[in-house]
Amino acid sequence: MPLIELEGVCKSFGRTQVLKDCSLSVSVGEVVVICGPSGSGKSTLIKCINGLEPIERGSIVFDGTRVDAKSTNLPALRSKIGMLFQSFELYPHMTLLRNVGLAQMKVLGRSRAEADERSRALLQRVGLLEHAEKYPGQLSGGQQQRGAIARALAMDPVAMLFDEPTSALDPEMIQEVLDVMTGLARQGMTMIVVTHEMGFARAVADRIAFMDAGVILHDMPIGDFFEHPPSERAQTFLSKVLKR
Amino acid sequence: MTSFDVHIIVRSLPFLWKGMQLSIALAVYSAVVGISMGVVLAIMRLSSIRPLAWLSYVYVNLLRSVPLLLILLWFYLLVPLLTGHPVGAFSSALIAFAMFEAAYYAEIIRAGIESIPARQSQAALSTGLTRWQAMRHVVLPQAFANMTPSLLAQGILLFMDTSLVVVVGLRDFMATASIIATQQARVVELYTFVALVYFVICFAASRAVGLLRRRVSAA
Repeated sequence: MPLIELEGVCKSFGRTQVLKDCSLSVSVGEVVVICGPSGSGKSTLIKCINGLEPIERGSIVFDGTRVDAKSTNLPALRSKIGMLFQSFELYPHMTLLRNVGLAQMKVLGRSRAEADERSRALLQRVGLLEHAEKYPGQLSGGQQQRGAIARALAMDPVAMLFDEPTSALDPEMIQEVLDVMTGLARQGMTMIVVTHEMGFARAVADRIAFMDAGVILHDMPIGDFFEHPPSERAQTFLSKVLKR
Repeated sequence: MTSFDVHIIVRSLPFLWKGMQLSIALAVYSAVVGISMGVVLAIMRLSSIRPLAWLSYVYVNLLRSVPLLLILLWFYLLVPLLTGHPVGAFSSALIAFAMFEAAYYAEIIRAGIESIPARQSQAALSTGLTRWQAMRHVVLPQAFANMTPSLLAQGILLFMDTSLVVVVGLRDFMATASIIATQQARVVELYTFVALVYFVICFAASRAVGLLRRRVSAA
């Protein structure tokens, strides 16, 4: 049984339909990359997976629970899914340590000491231990994103969603974040990553979902996608992205 | 024309100080209650529960559409009639000010909350925090840091507005000065002094607010 299952998901913002009948299935330990041109609905799609965006039609099931059901306890569900944002979104009024520890204390009920210990271990893991007492404003983009990964890992998530995690980073910082993500993938984390980083996709991902104008055009193993692009659209996209 | 008698001011200082204490007490209590109510009203207005949002909308717009003087008199005259027991002038003034200011504070606070990008609360929610936890730990602290200058500016206006309580017979700074002025027939001296004091307090406070604004926008 897949860990995450989307079926026939439709969503509109006002009159514009941004997701048209999207279906996607992700198994435990799989790394799925979602790519496509801007405005294709990629970010909206992953925000629907943890219920940050409601859907109009279709169903989303995570670990046996319907995400889109009114009766679902969304906070409990979300605590099992980590999410990373393009703009990092660390809390600027708290130190890195507190950022990583907040949800541990408020949701998991850990004491401050327990949370701090766990946070330090996670910060060590992403290479930021010496910055634990710093505020996000004092950190570089790459450091902030790694800090955000530590914050997401603090909840011991079962799966992680990445919304263009490196798109806002200077080129020299992209690799440090991709390295952490690669590490997570190798350790068996289930990941859905919206990204333009095709090098990462090729090296780490199992499958790729190509979206355009709200529709998932292709959903296939990553190797096949690169070797035999299934459509002209995919081909055009690949040639533009791989040029960089 | 008689000369300007400074001594009357010096002699009246103890009484004027008592009046000032009342003005300050009124301003501070009303501000505290007003801000607390304002937070509740702002959150209600932003809530997805329609009746709550509507209630807040009606309250804020109603109270912002009538003169403070009217609210003051209304509370002083009508509330005892409605509740059946007498309400002291100070209490009724306090309630009136708090309820009036709450409407203004609510709008400042709502703007402050809305100025925090939605992505911040999305990030908080994505870690499993409830809407309320996200508001309390992530959104409100940042919003308050941003809106402190505006809250203080409103507080300065509130302090100046407290001079209206003379109409319900309270002896605040302004009222005390008026009493002395008429009793001693030294209208010019007393009112000049009152104007000077209000000016110094409010000008100094405004400068402090300006400094705070610059520090907040630099952050």
